[in-house]
Amino acid sequence: MTAAAIARAGARVAPAAPSRSAWGEAWRRLRKNRMAVACTGLFAAIVVFCLLGPPIAALFGVDATTLDITGGSQPPTWGHPLGTDTLGRDMLVRVMVGGRIALMVAFVATLVALVVGVTWGAVAAYAGGRIDYLMMRVVDTMYGFPTTVFVIVVMAVLGTKSMAVLFGLIGLISWLGIARQTRAQVLSLRHREFVEAARALGASPRRILFGHIVPNALGVIIVAATASLPSVMLLEAFLSFIGLGVQAPLASWGTLVAEGSSQVIVHPWVLIGPGVVMGLSIFSLNFLGDGLRDALDPRTRKD
Amino acid sequence: MLRVIVGRLLGGVVVLLAVATIAFFLLRAAPGGPFASERRMPVAVQRNIEERYHLNDPLWKQYTSYMGGLVQLDFGQSMKRSRTVGELIRDQGPYSLWLGLSAILFAALFGTLLGVVAAARRNTWADHGLMAIALLGISIPSFVLGPTLIRYLSLRFGWFPPARIAGWSSYVLPALSLGMIYAGTIARLARAGVIETLGQDYARTARAKGLSERVVVWKHALRLGVVPVVTYLGPATAGLIAGSFVIETIFQIPGLGFYFVDSVTSRDYPVLTGLLVFYVAILVVMNLVVDIVHALLDPRVRETR
Repeated sequence: MTAAAIARAGARVAPAAPSRSAWGEAWRRLRKNRMAVACTGLFAAIVVFCLLGPPIAALFGVDATTLDITGGSQPPTWGHPLGTDTLGRDMLVRVMVGGRIALMVAFVATLVALVVGVTWGAVAAYAGGRIDYLMMRVVDTMYGFPTTVFVIVVMAVLGTKSMAVLFGLIGLISWLGIARQTRAQVLSLRHREFVEAARALGASPRRILFGHIVPNALGVIIVAATASLPSVMLLEAFLSFIGLGVQAPLASWGTLVAEGSSQVIVHPWVLIGPGVVMGLSIFSLNFLGDGLRDALDPRTRKD
Repeated sequence: MLRVIVGRLLGGVVVLLAVATIAFFLLRAAPGGPFASERRMPVAVQRNIEERYHLNDPLWKQYTSYMGGLVQLDFGQSMKRSRTVGELIRDQGPYSLWLGLSAILFAALFGTLLGVVAAARRNTWADHGLMAIALLGISIPSFVLGPTLIRYLSLRFGWFPPARIAGWSSYVLPALSLGMIYAGTIARLARAGVIETLGQDYARTARAKGLSERVVVWKHALRLGVVPVVTYLGPATAGLIAGSFVIETIFQIPGLGFYFVDSVTSRDYPVLTGLLVFYVAILVVMNLVVDIVHALLDPRVRETR
C-alpha cells in the first residue's frame, strides 16, 4: 500500500468514526419518540400485509381476479372482511395487491427523486456563485409551477401505459424539496476540516462531493426522502384516480379509491377499505418523517 | 413598489408565451391527433376537417396564427365542441374560481388558527392534539375525504347538497375536501413560524412591556409568524388547481377541471393549451399577490426592494 493510498483510506474512515456515534444518538432519540415508533410499526405492518397477504390468500384459492359467483358488491362478511366489488372480487386481496403497486411506485419514484434532487442540490451548493443561483432559480420556478398539470399533459401526450414512465415522471417533479435541503446541508459542510483534508490530498471535486460531503449529509437526505414519500404516494393515487396513472389490469390504491368513490352511496365498503389503508400509510409515513427529522436533523431540535 | 409590480407582470407575460409555445410544439410532436381514430374516415371529410382547423398548414404558420390570436386574448375554437375556449373559460371558469377561492380561504384561516393556537400552548396536550389533527388532514387524500363527506354530512344528515352547484352551501363540502390537505400543511407552517417569532427579541420586548401573552401571540408574533404561510400560498395554489380536477368530478361541479382532463385525453389542442395558459396566468397573479402581502407583513422585505 502506498502512502497516498493509506492517506486516502484514512480520509475515508476519519469522518465515519464520529458519525457512527451520531447515528447511535439519532437512533436513541427516535426510539424515545413513542409516536414515531408506533407509526414505524404500523407502516411496516402495512408493507408486510401487502407483501405476504396475496400468497396467503392464494392458499385459500383466492387472488385479485377470483370472482365470487355468489354475488358482487357484498358488504363485509367473514368470507370477505372488506366486502367485494361489483364483479365479486374480494376487496381485501385487491387492497393488498393494489398496495404492492402503490408502494412500489412510491419507493421507485422517490428513488428517482433522490438521485436527481441530491445531485442537483449538492452540485449547486458545491459550485456556488452564479451556477448555484441559476440552479436554485430553476427549483424555485418549478416549485410555484403547476407541475402536476404538466405531468398530466405529458402522460397523455406520450400516450403510454408504461409504469417506467410513471416512475420517472413522478420522480422528476418530486425532487425539489430534496434538492433544497441537500443544498442547505452541503453549504454548511463544504468548508469543514474533513473537506479541506480531502482537497489537500488531491481528491477530485466529484470525489469530495459524493465521497465525503454527501455521506455526511445523509441524515438530512433521509429525512427529506421520508418526507417526500407520502406526497409521492398521493401523486400516484391522484394520477390513477383521473385515469392517467396505473392502468388496468393492474390496480393501485388510487384506482381502487376511484372505483369506490363512485359507489360510496350504495357500497361504501369499496371505498373504505383502500381509503383507510392508504390514509393510514400516509399518516404513519408523515409521523415517521417528523420523528426522523427530530432525531436526525440537528437544526430542528425540539423547542 | 409599482415598478416592481409592473416588471413582474411583464415577466409573467413572457412566461405565459413560453408556456404556450412549449405546449404547442409538445402536443404536435406527439403521435396521434384530435381526429385520429380507429375508424378510417372518407378522404373528403378528413380534408374538410383539416381545412377547417388549418391542420394542413405548415407548422410555423399554425404557430404564428395561434400566437397572434393569443396576444389578442383569442384562445381559438375547440376542436371537439362548438364553443371557443374563451367562452368555455367565461362560462365554466367562475365555478372553478369560487371553488378554488373558498378552498384556499378555508385552508388559510383554519390552518392558521390551528397553528397559532398550538404554538401558543406548545408542548401541551392541546398542541399535540391539534397537530395530530393537522397531520390527519394531510394524510387523507381529497378523493377519499370528498365521497366520505358526501355520504355522511349530506346524505345521512342532509346538511349540505351532495353534488352540483346551487347556492353558496354547495361549495362547503368541495372546498373542505379540496382545502383540507393545505389546511394541515398551513397549520404546521404557522405553528413553526409563530414559535420562531415568539423567541425573537421584539416578542420579549412586548412581554417585558407587560403585554398579555394573548396580545403578544395574536398581535406581535402572528404578523411575522404567518410569513411562511403566505409564501406557501403560491405552491398551494398550484396544487389546488390540480386537485380541483378530482374534486369537480366527485361533486359534479361544471368547472374547468373536467374540460381540462377531457381535452388532454381527447387531444383538443386549443382547449388544452388555452386552459394551461389560463392556469399559469392565475399562478403568476397569485405569486405576485403573495409577494405583495409578504412585503406588507415584513418591513425588512420592503426595504431590500
